[in-house]
Amino acid sequence: MKPSLFTRVQFDRIIDALMPLIASMGALLVGAVVLMLLDVNPVEAYTAMFSGAFANKNGLADTMVKAVPLLLVGLGIVIAFRANVINIGAEGQLIVGALITTYLAVELGDTWPNYLVITLGIIAGTLMGALWAGIPGYLKAYLNVNEILSTIMMNQIAIQIGYFLLRGPMIDPKEVEAGTNIPHSARLPRPTDLPRFTDVAGWFGFTDSAKDLNLTGFWGELYGLLVEPTRLHTGFFIAIIMAILVYIFLWRTTIGYRIRAVGLNPAAARYAGIQVPRTIILSMGLSGAFAGLAGAVEILGLHHRMFEPLAVSAGYGFSGIVVALFGKLHPIGAIPASILFGGLLVGGDKMQRAVQVPQVFVTALLGLIVLFVVSSEIWSRRRARRRVAVQTTAEENE
Amino acid sequence: MNEGLSILAIIVGIAHSGIRLATPYLYAAIGETFAQRSGVLNLGVEGIMLMGAFSGFYVAFVTGNLLLGVLAAALVGALMGLVMAFISVTLNAEQGISGIGLYLFGLGTSSLLFKTLLGTVEGVDGFSELKFCLASIGINSGVCLSEIPILGEIFLSHSLMVYGAFALVPLAWWVLNKTTWGLSIRAVGQNPQAADSLGVSVARVRYMTVTFGGAMAGIAGASLSISLLGIFQEGMTNGQGFIAVALVYFGSWTPVGVLLGALLFSLVNALQLWVQVLGLNIPSDVAVMLPYLLTILALAFPFKRALQPAALTKPFERGEN
Repeated sequence: MKPSLFTRVQFDRIIDALMPLIASMGALLVGAVVLMLLDVNPVEAYTAMFSGAFANKNGLADTMVKAVPLLLVGLGIVIAFRANVINIGAEGQLIVGALITTYLAVELGDTWPNYLVITLGIIAGTLMGALWAGIPGYLKAYLNVNEILSTIMMNQIAIQIGYFLLRGPMIDPKEVEAGTNIPHSARLPRPTDLPRFTDVAGWFGFTDSAKDLNLTGFWGELYGLLVEPTRLHTGFFIAIIMAILVYIFLWRTTIGYRIRAVGLNPAAARYAGIQVPRTIILSMGLSGAFAGLAGAVEILGLHHRMFEPLAVSAGYGFSGIVVALFGKLHPIGAIPASILFGGLLVGGDKMQRAVQVPQVFVTALLGLIVLFVVSSEIWSRRRARRRVAVQTTAEENE
Repeated sequence: MNEGLSILAIIVGIAHSGIRLATPYLYAAIGETFAQRSGVLNLGVEGIMLMGAFSGFYVAFVTGNLLLGVLAAALVGALMGLVMAFISVTLNAEQGISGIGLYLFGLGTSSLLFKTLLGTVEGVDGFSELKFCLASIGINSGVCLSEIPILGEIFLSHSLMVYGAFALVPLAWWVLNKTTWGLSIRAVGQNPQAADSLGVSVARVRYMTVTFGGAMAGIAGASLSISLLGIFQEGMTNGQGFIAVALVYFGSWTPVGVLLGALLFSLVNALQLWVQVLGLNIPSDVAVMLPYLLTILALAFPFKRALQPAALTKPFERGEN
């Protein structure tokens, strides 16, 4: 009996991993109906979306740039959700992280060595995010305050703090001089910019463009992506390394084990001697740390100044949840998910230009994907239950 | 500081706008109270409100009939509530996350519809404020109750939508506490296994409450777009739907508690608006922040925790436990 049971389990695992993809097909189908109602050919729209995001180096670079905050926020969500803590506050945690990084880089960037400023900025942003998430974590752990609601409120507070700082203490002196008073900070000193892919390629002596080397087609685009000037920055590596670290943390360390234990069954975890409240605060804090890190990396790698808080956070707090869910709450699964959804965000822009469907269609599509993926879990649960049943009968028969 | 306004006029102004601004919170939070009392946390209220705000506005804009607009908003809201019920009750999905999905869907779709159907910000004349003139009930007098100093100005000069929201409170209290329906709802939220064994269909009760909550959230959105503001803008609810969900916790799952919370919240909001109007030396960002800070503090009050429906956010499957 054993071999057939084994393959059955394997088969189930594959289906489980692919479930989000299958569920998303449902969401894309509903999206197609919406597009048809708007009198748009869905095949044309989706083609424009995906080719815009993945078919050439510029699209791909933008997609990967978007994948950076999505992956970092998504990793934080993975940790929180694994502890059964629902962090909706990544938006705010990202904003406070971006704010403090901006502040430090603007203040110190001209006098301190750049690698110190970058390191300090990243650490400060991460800590700030952790602190911002730690508050709702504490409230949940000790006062049983619903973390969904408190994190949403913390988002609004972070946004207002952002506006307050950017209209007052942190405003670009040039804006005050010019009298325009647009609420954004000064540009960060250039040495604090995270190196872009093209800079790194330059260090290794790659300076020719694809055209110089007569590279065309796939290899030309790939070479262009890695070597030619795009917005793609090394924050991408930070995000990938973090994904691997989170995997090791969750599955190879005691603290990670405790977090997962609390998420699976808090009562059993408490019985096993795990301090549940402390673990909840820790998982929330770590979750916020990654959102704060995302904010720091966005500022240092991409924007190089802080502006409208909601434009910087750009809905990543919510789309990061989609990434985490899509990756089946697995840090490594979140990597392809972040690139896929980065592509969706970039592709939405291209689609708007190609078939005149407003970009907000992508927001609606994200919502549909969440609904379909979360609904599809019922099949995974049913199969898991059946699996247990089959295993139990098999063991009884032995 | 603006010299033209007396302290009294300012207080009357704050109280008047406080009552007015409580309207969307009340519709949405009372509807959500029913859903949560039956054990379903619908976090998608914000998205439903946006859809309600748009559909209500659009229908009112096209037909010129405000009531038809409210009806459309309620229908769209009920439909979205039905979807939420299907996902959370029939498919047993995690409620918090489904709500986020519904929110994103509503946010995107309402903006999409706005951009394709309207394109620019338009206006409608919202519900007019009632005057309660004696002449209208056949008494030959020019007196209008809304002109009574202070009390009339605060309480008797609102539109139909505002009074509707406040009328909902005693009605909801009565349904929840004095009817068989209310008993079923409470039982399903407190102990679904027991309710089920006594022949109450857990699924049917939850479908009803979540759909009703959706309809109310739709109306809440419409009250914002066609009653309070007279316009539709993308993302115009600006977090009010989430606050409505928080108000249900704040009000410890009772209509009267929700009413108090909504009033407190909208009064702080009104105060904040008046701070800006009067040009007081408080940064507007700090003032805008206040209601949210208040909500967190309110949620942290530990004494009402025991009143939470025991089965809240827990899917029910027969044969478990």
